[in-house]
Amino acid sequence: MNSKKALFHISKRGELPWLKVWLIRGAAILLALLVCSVLTVLVTGLNPFAVYGTMFKGVFGTARKTWVTFQKLAVLLGISLAVTPAFKMRFWNIGAEGQVMVGSLACAAVMITLRNYISSNLLMIVLMLVASLAAGALWGFLPAFFKSRWNTNETLFTLMMNYIAIQLSAFFIILWENPKGAGQIGIINASSELGWLPSLFGQQYLLPILVIALLTVALYIYLKYSKHGYEIAVVGESERTARYAGIKVERVIIRTMVLSGAICGLIGFLLVGATDHTLTTTLVGGRGFTAVMVSWLAKFNPLGMIFTSFLLVFLQLGAKEIASTFFLNESFADILTGVILFFIIGCEFFINYKIEFLKNDRKGA
Amino acid sequence: MESVQNAVRLEKLTKHFGNVVANNAISLELHEGEILSLLGENGSGKTTLMNMLSGIYYPDSGQIYIHGKPVTIASPKDAFAHGIGMIHQHYKLVDVFTATENIVLGLNEKGKLNLKEAGKKIKEISEKYGFEINPDQKIYDMSVSQKQTVEIIKVLYRGADILILDEPTAVLTPQETDKLFAVMRNMQKDGKSIIIITHKLHEVLEVSDRVAILRKGEYIGDVLTKDADQQSLTDMMVGHTVSLNINRPEPVNPTPRLEVKGLTVFDDLGVKRLDDVTFTAYSGEILGIAGIAGSGQRELLESISGLYPISKGEILYHNPKTGCDENLVGKDPMSIQKAGVSMAFVPEDRLGMGLVGSMGMTGNMMLRSWRNGKSFFVDKKAPEQLANTIWKELEVVTPSTNFPVRRMSGGNVQKVLVGREIAQNPAVLMTAYAVRGLDINTSYTIYNLLTAEKMKGVAVVYVGEDLDVLLELCDRLVVLCGGKVSGVVDARTTNKREVGVLMTRVGGNGNEQ
Repeated sequence: MNSKKALFHISKRGELPWLKVWLIRGAAILLALLVCSVLTVLVTGLNPFAVYGTMFKGVFGTARKTWVTFQKLAVLLGISLAVTPAFKMRFWNIGAEGQVMVGSLACAAVMITLRNYISSNLLMIVLMLVASLAAGALWGFLPAFFKSRWNTNETLFTLMMNYIAIQLSAFFIILWENPKGAGQIGIINASSELGWLPSLFGQQYLLPILVIALLTVALYIYLKYSKHGYEIAVVGESERTARYAGIKVERVIIRTMVLSGAICGLIGFLLVGATDHTLTTTLVGGRGFTAVMVSWLAKFNPLGMIFTSFLLVFLQLGAKEIASTFFLNESFADILTGVILFFIIGCEFFINYKIEFLKNDRKGA
Repeated sequence: MESVQNAVRLEKLTKHFGNVVANNAISLELHEGEILSLLGENGSGKTTLMNMLSGIYYPDSGQIYIHGKPVTIASPKDAFAHGIGMIHQHYKLVDVFTATENIVLGLNEKGKLNLKEAGKKIKEISEKYGFEINPDQKIYDMSVSQKQTVEIIKVLYRGADILILDEPTAVLTPQETDKLFAVMRNMQKDGKSIIIITHKLHEVLEVSDRVAILRKGEYIGDVLTKDADQQSLTDMMVGHTVSLNINRPEPVNPTPRLEVKGLTVFDDLGVKRLDDVTFTAYSGEILGIAGIAGSGQRELLESISGLYPISKGEILYHNPKTGCDENLVGKDPMSIQKAGVSMAFVPEDRLGMGLVGSMGMTGNMMLRSWRNGKSFFVDKKAPEQLANTIWKELEVVTPSTNFPVRRMSGGNVQKVLVGREIAQNPAVLMTAYAVRGLDINTSYTIYNLLTAEKMKGVAVVYVGEDLDVLLELCDRLVVLCGGKVSGVVDARTTNKREVGVLMTRVGGNGNEQ
């Protein structure tokens, strides 16, 4: 009997030493750049190195660009940190977009509605912060409550909450529009700068960056060393095991989602209070979803997310730069981003599995 | 030239998993028309070896010969093409399909699907080998042993002449085991060659012609069954002599510790899982719970631990620390645990609910201690120490205390679980299937641990599958059948047959079948 020969066989690997893991990842990035080069030449006829150089310039070309890069990195990282505790619990929170949005909305609301009653900048900022945290937390609490009480599907629930948040913001933007008929609210408290977060060392973006840096470390410690972090890990693994260990699963789900939402609220607060000073419906701009990818790519490790969020911000800003410099449309930049992500995610397969090619020689026959 | 009387010849098969050598250059022969027992401790590489033969794993090196011809087996399909069929421990059947539908499922036959024809062929196979099966019965209506029958017919239907059975008797009653062995002998007469993996030495002696022994991934040797006895096999398997008698001291000063009265529970679907269950567990004794798998053992232990909703009945616990009587019904798992009632349940997948697969030993020790202390942070030192103690004392095979338990072999996982529960110093220690799938040596380690707990005055509740062990280890036996207590017997005076009958009798009301 002669069956068809398989050419190769796929099997799971044991643990690889970290050096090998990073070699595989490095090789994947090199390969991705190579494929991108070939694509660039074929499609645009441009010198690929010039294109890469431009990308780098777009990200770190000037001091201003560098600050923008770090600010964007901080925001994306912050949102990624926010979704991570929920993800570790296997609670698929894809509502970060909306949670940040309501945080921003609450922050703007305080700035606009209370500006005639409060003159202390500090008090104003504290109120903005509290409102943002509370709004984000509420947006996290609702799906968690329904999940723990009636086992609703959290993915759909959090997704739908995004649209509510965006429409709510749209409503209030028209309500507070300035000047009338503009359809936008412009810079809030532009002349008094009431409720604007202070610039450190003359740098407007430094404060939010520092806040996120602190948050990264705090969340790393929270997840790894605290009792809460342990509960989250056990609930994520198996609810049965968690109950067996005396963990109150419902409480952990709600508490973690409130935390997740509150961190999103904090990002909303930073966006309005420190960087943008205005509210638009595109303020979050899809980063609530990009954060999902950042968190997954880093395998839910807050420190790893520094790198993965940097990677995505780099690609995004670099893509914009080459689009404008070479008069390419942004779709081409998206293609390059797609190719690079494909290789980076795809290489995980080679880290987890090995492929054995079968020899076709027949001994002894 | 190849010798023609070998159905299978393995030549220097080697398989690594990461740094672990699961099989090291193993050479083994299965003669035509022979029943070969494959014997070895847990983690000795039996299942890995058989998985290579059935195409689930691919060997790192070595050669497989089938009927004298060298072959490459890269997938279960290849294995089938060579007439090799494996019956796994966990059945792979579609519950809502009938036996026939399951058997023809995945067959790539040309033409229209003809279930009638298939049913006829199944009847023929059944009559030939002495199976009892109704081809039109749905799987969810079947007992474990009937499901197993379907699995065996499935491979026969596909024309297998080399059968591998991985621990087929683990879930069967003694009577069902006898039937299985009769079928195996019929298949042998028909010229089939069979490999059986089992831990039960008396079964090895009863059914096989020859025994091959593996130890720690190495092939130790083979012996004709007629030249072997339990002691010699054990010695070959573990490499040194171990005592085969379980030490069973008389209970010292037993007093009632846990009284279960009229316990009745229903599952999600409203099916009665426990029906008016009443018994008492005494301090200083091991109370065995016998019964066919799924007779309510799990529900019983979960009810006592506060994990299962109780609709009727009382669970009275005489707390030795406070001297008070407490009713455990309605308390949450944490406070029941704190009161001193501990449970080590080893489910079929061995992880299920007692352990967190992705965590290492330390993380799993923390399942019991994570709440200790007022600090916001977890204390990792004490669990780390406990993990190290268990690692050494119970000889757990793992590269480190942070190695995910999911990736340990089954026996080691159980040592971690049972070791942790004992370390809680419970007043009532409940274990379910604590030695499920464990080799003799490790099983005895666990029996001794349980007996030591009993001598400390702990009320030990032991839910087990192996009747021989239940009869040798326990002081009294509660026999469950269909959620009812069908009898409470003294383990010292009863015998296997009596318990076997109680296990299969619809309990309580004298309803003989």
